Amino acid sequence: MSEIEKRDPWRSLSRHTAARIALGRAGGSVRTETLLDFRLAHARAKDAVELPFAAATLAAELVAHGIETFPLRTRAGDRRSFLLRPDLGRSLEPEARVALQAQDFGARDLCVVVSDGLSALAAERQVAPLLAQLWPLLATQKVSLYPVLIAPFARVKLADEVGEMLGARHSLILLGERPGLSSPDSLGAYLTFRPRAACTDADRNCVSNIRPEGLPHGNAACLLAATLRESAARGVSGVALKLGPNSSLFAGV
Amino acid sequence: MAAFSCTLFGRSYSFGSLRELLAKATPKRSGDELAGLAAESAEVRVAAQMCLAELPLEHFLEDQLIPYEDDEVTRLIVDSHDRAAFAPVAQLSVGQFRDWLLDYDTDARALTALAPGLTPEMVAAVTKLMGNQDLILAAKKCRVVTRFRSTIGLPGTLAVRLQPNHPADDARGIAASVFDGLLYGCGDAVIGINPATDSVQACESLLRLLDELIARHEIPTQSCVLAHVTTQLEAIRRGAPLDLMFQSIAGTEAANRSFGVSLSLLAEAESAALSLKRGTIGSDVMYFETGQGSVLSAGAHHGVDQQTLEVRAYAVARHFKPLLVNTVVGFIGPEYLYDGKQIIRAGLEDHCAGKLLGLPMGVDVCYTNHSEADQDDMDTLLTLLGVAGCNYIMGVPGADDIMLGYQSTSFHDSHYLRQVLGLRPAPEFEAWLSRMRIADQQRLLPVQPNHELLLDSLAREG
Repeated sequence: MSEIEKRDPWRSLSRHTAARIALGRAGGSVRTETLLDFRLAHARAKDAVELPFAAATLAAELVAHGIETFPLRTRAGDRRSFLLRPDLGRSLEPEARVALQAQDFGARDLCVVVSDGLSALAAERQVAPLLAQLWPLLATQKVSLYPVLIAPFARVKLADEVGEMLGARHSLILLGERPGLSSPDSLGAYLTFRPRAACTDADRNCVSNIRPEGLPHGNAACLLAATLRESAARGVSGVALKLGPNSSLFAGV
Repeated sequence: MAAFSCTLFGRSYSFGSLRELLAKATPKRSGDELAGLAAESAEVRVAAQMCLAELPLEHFLEDQLIPYEDDEVTRLIVDSHDRAAFAPVAQLSVGQFRDWLLDYDTDARALTALAPGLTPEMVAAVTKLMGNQDLILAAKKCRVVTRFRSTIGLPGTLAVRLQPNHPADDARGIAASVFDGLLYGCGDAVIGINPATDSVQACESLLRLLDELIARHEIPTQSCVLAHVTTQLEAIRRGAPLDLMFQSIAGTEAANRSFGVSLSLLAEAESAALSLKRGTIGSDVMYFETGQGSVLSAGAHHGVDQQTLEVRAYAVARHFKPLLVNTVVGFIGPEYLYDGKQIIRAGLEDHCAGKLLGLPMGVDVCYTNHSEADQDDMDTLLTLLGVAGCNYIMGVPGADDIMLGYQSTSFHDSHYLRQVLGLRPAPEFEAWLSRMRIADQQRLLPVQPNHELLLDSLAREG
């Protein structure tokens, strides 16, 4: 079976990358082991997309960290409509809107919205440890906060509607990113100054790949707190902030 | 504006505009449903196709989907239309044009001559009527060959873009994937990195990394860092060794604006890349990526269906002289192409439409984990594109792009395709593979631990 190269002699290069290199081959094709490894990773990523979001469990966890929460609902009622109708995930379901308005929070600095987005695993695993590290930093910066709004089936733009309704100076939405084969639980964060319906992606600063194997919680919390401080000081967010004099602060954002 | 109508078994169907007719004649896909443009029933869809089949091709020259005054892509399409090239099909309807394309006597020479006479809307219309086999056959007849340091698109060849992405743009991490790809015989189309960070510094240092690697091992290929054109332009100003100028493009002025580009900016970028004169056997310096759904995603669709908008993006591409153009067909997600069936159809449409317009089409055969698709669907599309004569595919280590978070095709996939269809790499690259004892007689050779590439400073301990 000389055709089957089990080990490629450059396998040691794997120390530099998580990419699937030096896989060996059967003829020119992948070996059975490689084929099945890939299928397993894909099966896990598919399962991560389908997983129901344990929003109540996350809320309880946040409360245990001393972080108040408030439940929201978007117009996307189920996974399929969420996936096929991005517009539904961008706005609040009417009753949830009324309930939020009734809270009468008054204008504050930062509203944080949390959602499963495309990976419930990401929200369940990364949100509590991230916020537990972010909250003390925000307290030092004297940032006034709303309860954390937990909204299953949300898209990034939901934070514009919610932030505008509340009159928040900044919105920050945390949601599960599209699950990669090697990263089924990666969280994304999008910060917007003066959130409103007219905002586009160009108005946001994004911190992605938040997970222990990617951007660890502590680093992500520091980066978000620093971005928020800079954004508040300069009164801009998104491309305008990234292109500013301190742009090195946001390298990789 | 004329209304379009047809009668089926005594029932009459009418369509208020050319936009509506084209949208409703489009094979079912989630993006058109999301935009509210799709046919309301399967029967209406076929009725629209029957109506469209009767429409003279000439009609597309008078009835613009997006007004001339409002959109520079429309102006480009109208102003660059070549009447003389159009003459052989000027009297045909859309349905007759499909028959003409499939005629035995319609060959590569005829199609190359015709391309400047076709507008993207004509091509979109005829591909909507075509079945998957027609899309394969018509594309297979086209021949589009481009050159920089390798020759891409020769009959009987299939090239591969080596895509060595790394989530932190780490030089050694990227180099590891480059060596892996080269030792698996891939990289003849381009070694192209999607940078994790769109910064001039990252772009410049990655360009230098690839330039040095290519020079050290005399690899007959070209490099590209797929940053925004403005980033690449700035890198050129700083003296970066840029081979190909990349940009994502779309089919409307508004969508291109949302990408931060215009025709004039693209022209400036092309001439800057040309001025470096880095090609050895040719000077095709542009690399474009497209994909159905990007215009709707940017909120700039003007009520036009996503496939027609995609073909309009090819009108932007052909205004330049690209070495490479590929649709990233399944990347955008299930809200635009729901499942494997829709992705496969769209991949074949994009490849065929691009080829008919004279573009060197490749396809990123891919899907995301929230689409209803899997590797078997990609095997199917890959095979069909090989049969259709696709110029190049992607080569990602193990088909798993760890930076972009999606699944594309692997180095191994290219060997499968080359074996079953008897396809070979670009000739210059094939000779290099043989000289480097990487592959010979279409087979990969066992690689020795002291292989030249593994002794490269970027591959050694450190």
